[in-house]
Amino acid sequence: MTSKGEETDLIIVGAGPAGLSAANKAAEYGLRVTVIDEFPEPGGRMLGQFHEESGHWWVGKQIADELIAEAGRRGVRIRCGVSVYGMLKVDDRFEVSTSIGALFAPRVLLATGAAEIPMPVQGWTLPGVMSIGAAQVMANVNFVKPGRRGLIVGINVLAMAIARELSVSGVSLAGIVLPPAGPLAGAAAKPKDNLELLMGLSHLAPSPILRMGSRIARSCNLAGWIANFFPRKGIRMWDIPLQLRTAAVSINGNERVESVTLAQVDAKGEILDGSQWEEPVDFVALAGGLYPLAELASVAGCPFIYTPELGGHLPLHSEQMRTPVEGLYVAGNITGVESALVAMSQGRLAAASIGVDADAIGSGGDRIVAEAMEEVGRTRAAALIQFQPGIAEARRGIYRLWQETIEVGV
Amino acid sequence: MERIQHHPILGKTKFHQPITYTFNGKKLSGYRGEPIAAALLAEGIRVLRRHEESGAARGFYCAIGHCMECRLVVQGQGIVRSCLTPLEPGMIITEGQQLANEITGRKLP
Ligand SMILES: Cc1cc2nc3c(=O)[nH]c(=O)nc-3n(C[C@H](O)[C@H](O)[C@H](O)COP(=O)(O)OP(=O)(O)OC[C@H]3O[C@@H](n4cnc5c(N)ncnc54)[C@H](O)[C@@H]3O)c2cc1C
Ligand code: FES
Repeated sequence: MTSKGEETDLIIVGAGPAGLSAANKAAEYGLRVTVIDEFPEPGGRMLGQFHEESGHWWVGKQIADELIAEAGRRGVRIRCGVSVYGMLKVDDRFEVSTSIGALFAPRVLLATGAAEIPMPVQGWTLPGVMSIGAAQVMANVNFVKPGRRGLIVGINVLAMAIARELSVSGVSLAGIVLPPAGPLAGAAAKPKDNLELLMGLSHLAPSPILRMGSRIARSCNLAGWIANFFPRKGIRMWDIPLQLRTAAVSINGNERVESVTLAQVDAKGEILDGSQWEEPVDFVALAGGLYPLAELASVAGCPFIYTPELGGHLPLHSEQMRTPVEGLYVAGNITGVESALVAMSQGRLAAASIGVDADAIGSGGDRIVAEAMEEVGRTRAAALIQFQPGIAEARRGIYRLWQETIEVGV
Repeated sequence: MERIQHHPILGKTKFHQPITYTFNGKKLSGYRGEPIAAALLAEGIRVLRRHEESGAARGFYCAIGHCMECRLVVQGQGIVRSCLTPLEPGMIITEGQQLANEITGRKLP
């Protein structure tokens, strides 16, 4: 790289499903595109994902390979192993600071994805304690088992999806339990709230108890149902014990995980006296949920909004994926945590908006943007995995806010 | 830890070129291009770093570059995130080290 840096029409940060889909569309519209990603290979979090859909396997790695092959054909430059740590708008172009020097472009798309919410548990700094996504990446991307026998702490959609993947990959799991109650865990430690969250996945659940549980949960007193009917030892979901009445109290060991102290809890998450025991494991995966990874948008001067349904603080953006910073766009999980298919359709939509703004599409651009918007809506409505309830509604709230502020020039 | 040589869904895995490197002076083996943290885990090594202040043992946490817990030292590259840094033949790697603290006056042992 020369000190003057390289010039392209569009820099995309993140080679996940959103970034790659956007890159391919933008290149189709004739733009010169550079995609930057700090992971050694492109594909983002899709690389480690696979799940069963009515008898057939959806494999993220395959979709990533297809997107990467298309990018090659279209002349998209993908640079992996490069971190972006800053950006600055000077006149009408962005200077993007990377670990290999500065890059310049009039337009930047941030597709940096999501990160995991840390979930402190006593003993969580011991080697062998990792985030649930790390267990996924070790087993399914790096092909090294995270340990001989592990325990998952935290019950949510991501934990269940990855637990399934781990068991398919041959990783042995002692079970999935709740985090300890306390100010840090909040509702995550309460059996009731967890079963409610799991409803986002219950249609995929092979366990009749869970399917039944979610149905009952919708209609009546869930806390009472768990206290009375949820089996003390848990139920098996895809052969993994799901223990809604058990919480992790502490992780123990000398310089590495050796065991976890577990305890029985009541429906409110309070520990029952004298119910503690030790479970021998050599790794622990903590599942605290996901939040949009959006620091770069903040560095670029983009205002933020707080939307819990989408994972927390996220850059304000329009339905067309524009941000209030001219020339800066967002797509994928940086705009809220959803599945990879939604991220891909958002990427294509962002590319359409960029194509229109860069005068690369010509006439008919508005129609292409409108169609891409509809496609995002359809993909969202059909999504198999929903990380939180209420996503579509929360989205509408954001777009309303955009119209009431940015569009009218507030 | 065990390597998954053949994945039931993802198929044949990508271990192609075996290489050697050293970690804390010990000669180990791994595969070219895999993240250092994965190679070390396959060798049963979880302690990647001593906490700069307390000296407590630390391992990788997120495995995707977000948390900075997996910092260690690669000769010629300085401090790197081992979950993102590809393994190369002959690399000389040492764990991240505890530091002295001038403010509290704590010296290294
Ligand atoms: C750990 C984890 C596990 C997940 N597992 C599942 C699952 O099993 N099923 C599911 O449906 N969804 C899962 N998701 C949700 C997932 O985020 C979406 O499915 C989808 O991958 C989002 O696509 P994206 O393109 O927005 O971001 P990502 O796929 O996350 O891609 C973003 C890319 O940007 C790169 N990047 C970020 N910041 C920088 C920077 N500063 N410089 C350079 N590169 C950068 C990252 O390295 C990454 O490759 C998971 C998310 C996480 C975080
Ligand atoms: S383990 Fe989190 S940055 Fe490497």
